[in-house]
Amino acid sequence: MAPKLPPHHPVEQSTSTAAGGQAAEHPAPPRGLMRWLLTTNHKEIGSLYLIFSLTMFFIGGIFALVVRAELFQPGLQLVNPEFFNQMTTMHGLIMVFGAIMPAFVGLANWMVPLQIGAPDMALPRLNNFSFWLLPVAFTLLLSTLLMPGGGPDFGWTFYAPLSTTYAPPSTTFFILSMHIAGISSILGAINIIATILNLRAPGMRLMDMPLFVWTWLITAFLLIAVMPVLAGVITMMLLDINFGTSFFNAAGGGDPVLFQHLFWFFGHPEVYIMILPAFGIVSAIIPTFSRKPLFGYASMVYATASIAVLSFLVWAHHMFTVGLPLVAELFFMYTTMLIAVPTGVKVFNWISTMFRGSISFEPPMLFSLAFVVQFTIGGFSGLMLAISPADFQYHDTYFVVAHFHYVLVPGALFAILAGVYYWLPKWTGHYPHLKLSQWHFWLSVIGVNLTFFPMHFSGLAGMPRRIPDYALQFADFNLASSLGAFLFGASQLLFVWLVVKCVRGGEKAPARAWEGAEDLEWSVPSPAPLHTFEHPPTFRPDTPH
Amino acid sequence: MRTFIVWMAGCLVVTLMVPVAMAQGWNMPVGVTDVSREVHSLHMTIFWICVVIGVVVFGVMFYSLFRFRRSRGAESANFHEHTTVEVIWTAIPLLILIGMAVPATATLSKMYDPSDADLDVMITGQQWRWRYEYLGEDVAFTSSLATSREQIRGAEARDENYLLEVDEPLVLPVDRKVRFLLTSDDVIHAWWVPELAVKQDTIPGFVNENWVRINEPGIYRGQCAELCGRDHGFMPVVVHAMEEEEFDAWLVERKEAAAQEAMGVDREWEMDELMERGEGVYGNICASCHQPEGQGSPPAFPALAGNQQLIEDVEWHLDKVINGVSGAAMPAFRNTLNPVEIAAVVTWTRNAWGNDTGELVQPAEVAERLAD
Repeated sequence: MAPKLPPHHPVEQSTSTAAGGQAAEHPAPPRGLMRWLLTTNHKEIGSLYLIFSLTMFFIGGIFALVVRAELFQPGLQLVNPEFFNQMTTMHGLIMVFGAIMPAFVGLANWMVPLQIGAPDMALPRLNNFSFWLLPVAFTLLLSTLLMPGGGPDFGWTFYAPLSTTYAPPSTTFFILSMHIAGISSILGAINIIATILNLRAPGMRLMDMPLFVWTWLITAFLLIAVMPVLAGVITMMLLDINFGTSFFNAAGGGDPVLFQHLFWFFGHPEVYIMILPAFGIVSAIIPTFSRKPLFGYASMVYATASIAVLSFLVWAHHMFTVGLPLVAELFFMYTTMLIAVPTGVKVFNWISTMFRGSISFEPPMLFSLAFVVQFTIGGFSGLMLAISPADFQYHDTYFVVAHFHYVLVPGALFAILAGVYYWLPKWTGHYPHLKLSQWHFWLSVIGVNLTFFPMHFSGLAGMPRRIPDYALQFADFNLASSLGAFLFGASQLLFVWLVVKCVRGGEKAPARAWEGAEDLEWSVPSPAPLHTFEHPPTFRPDTPH
Repeated sequence: MRTFIVWMAGCLVVTLMVPVAMAQGWNMPVGVTDVSREVHSLHMTIFWICVVIGVVVFGVMFYSLFRFRRSRGAESANFHEHTTVEVIWTAIPLLILIGMAVPATATLSKMYDPSDADLDVMITGQQWRWRYEYLGEDVAFTSSLATSREQIRGAEARDENYLLEVDEPLVLPVDRKVRFLLTSDDVIHAWWVPELAVKQDTIPGFVNENWVRINEPGIYRGQCAELCGRDHGFMPVVVHAMEEEEFDAWLVERKEAAAQEAMGVDREWEMDELMERGEGVYGNICASCHQPEGQGSPPAFPALAGNQQLIEDVEWHLDKVINGVSGAAMPAFRNTLNPVEIAAVVTWTRNAWGNDTGELVQPAEVAERLAD
């Protein structure tokens, strides 16, 4: 269960930074741009990650809107197919590697030290380095759009040989940018593990940690396990393209399907890298606004760990149609179905947490509730996709697009938004504007469902994914999806306004900004001073596990 | 309270959309084979299981949200674990999954048995068309999009089968087991016809197997399902399923036509004949990359109009068409086009768009090269 705090702590921690003997030793930070380039402070780096992620979210969002605008009606109206393919590819790459992953790293940077009572991340200089790799990587990636032959146009899954022999010349730059982003992720993961394992407040055992910390610990291990696989597979591409090897070329003794095995051995754990921290955020918010401890803390931890382990055993369910042997097909069908069990446990736990609680509906709770419902819908379509014979019909259609957007947008993204609303008072010292937050929430819910729900139907009716033009029977679904996408995109501008407003002012938040919130971060003042927990708090869990 | 009503209404609308949608036929087609029926029934079973679980889970959730609202003065309890309940809700989903895995396994084993086929068809994916070869029957042809560019641009009204129309459909008999052997000449494609519940990737350098036994005559349409480059969206599949006698007659007719064509190799062809034939072949095969006016789209697809190397060196030109360009997108056409077609298209490209070399290549010359 979530750790509780001895009541005297808030007072002790809200004294100024000068209270600790160490504070005086900090040299005055450089000003202006250099301050941000050189910062080693986990809160500043956390903010940088979040701002970067938001920027990428809008760039990736514009690409998605180009796609949706072209698909608004049948025919080719706005872009040619070459550019359309670049847009779908860049949308996927930017959203996965540039928006969702850095957003979770940003939240981890801000909140993990605060939640475990640590003064900073364990490796602050490494932290700075892993952030500043990202703008380099993504500037490089975006610049490929301006190169001759255009940017990556082979889908975010970049299957060989479309991404090797048949790829545009800019692919080498794409590979370099993925390498840089991958190094950033690995370094970030090492830092998070080092922080969690070494810097917990005295008395805080692993099983006392808040679930956000737990899920990030497990996520970080996943990252360290699979990012090198991605690095390996893109290096093999690099060699195939520039050095005459034939890893993925049958004519030289290679195998294009080998690419898919390697990619999805990275890719499936990657999917959980994008959802496990979301579980952690929601597991903090639901108890807070139900004013009741999280149901089944231990089973939540075990469920997260089992999902992580299973994620290494299911990769070929992305490849049911490549011609796997029957036994492989069966093995991957069974293991994939098995994932529904720990995932179900999580959903049941969240609902039991609400059961007989005292529930209120502040914005973080609204986003978390929408997360639970919509993530579960994505889980259901995932279960359907696991049934291999049925997957032959779903595979590579809009049904799949609907499925993974349900887990990533109203799933992962809504959890990120929930987390931002939850912790904004801690970051800025102000509550976000209530009415605007509610508008943002409702417009987002309507927009997201109008966009992605009809995609289930267009997929079942037979529309393949990644096509710039479509047969007439898909027109109505696509019209609805495009309208929804523009509504959803526009309502995110509201979010930016709201965050800016919240940074500048608003209703003052106390240290414990939410009545039912009990983790350590609520013991420091709002806004959290630059340096916190310079003396470790004494942590006393109120109930032994 | 207001929030709650809006929530419930929203969820109700989404739930109601599903049966309405299915009544509209917005669902996976039942299809025209025994396998496709089984697949459809698996799809519906797992779908209704999800609906029932969803109703129960969301029901409890919304009941809790309504009943235990703070605004109604709810006081929170303090329980936070219950081993029995946790074991039960781990076990029940496990049992449901086992129940689902059993029929899925049976169907899958059936789909994986292409033995005892009456007819073998080789399906080859090419950027961006399909090639069908009736093995052992000497009948082979390519099948490309027949929808006009004017319709795609919106200059003409769009047909009912917009983007799902080909020049030559794959013709298959009903009530016979047809085995497909699938491969690709360039990138990975996926051959998919929803009504047949067959979707199989075609992988360059490897051969996949699948099979179908169609129960009802008719025309069934599908598309390439794996991103394969620029015209991935313009690569439809059309299957024309015929009664057995009708199919046999069609096959005999196609065999005779093929024999006729083969005889054409030995005779001397006129410029006009070759140019006419070549224009057709170019439009079908080459124009998707090198563009209708031969301007190409560099750097991936070089221009042919005004290409000095092409104009000056007929040997080089023939070699590229017959053997392809290793490490680039240009495929080898030695097995895809016959000598007449190769001679015609080479003649056409050497004389169209101001290339005006005046040279013509005879099918016999090409046949000789192919024999090497």
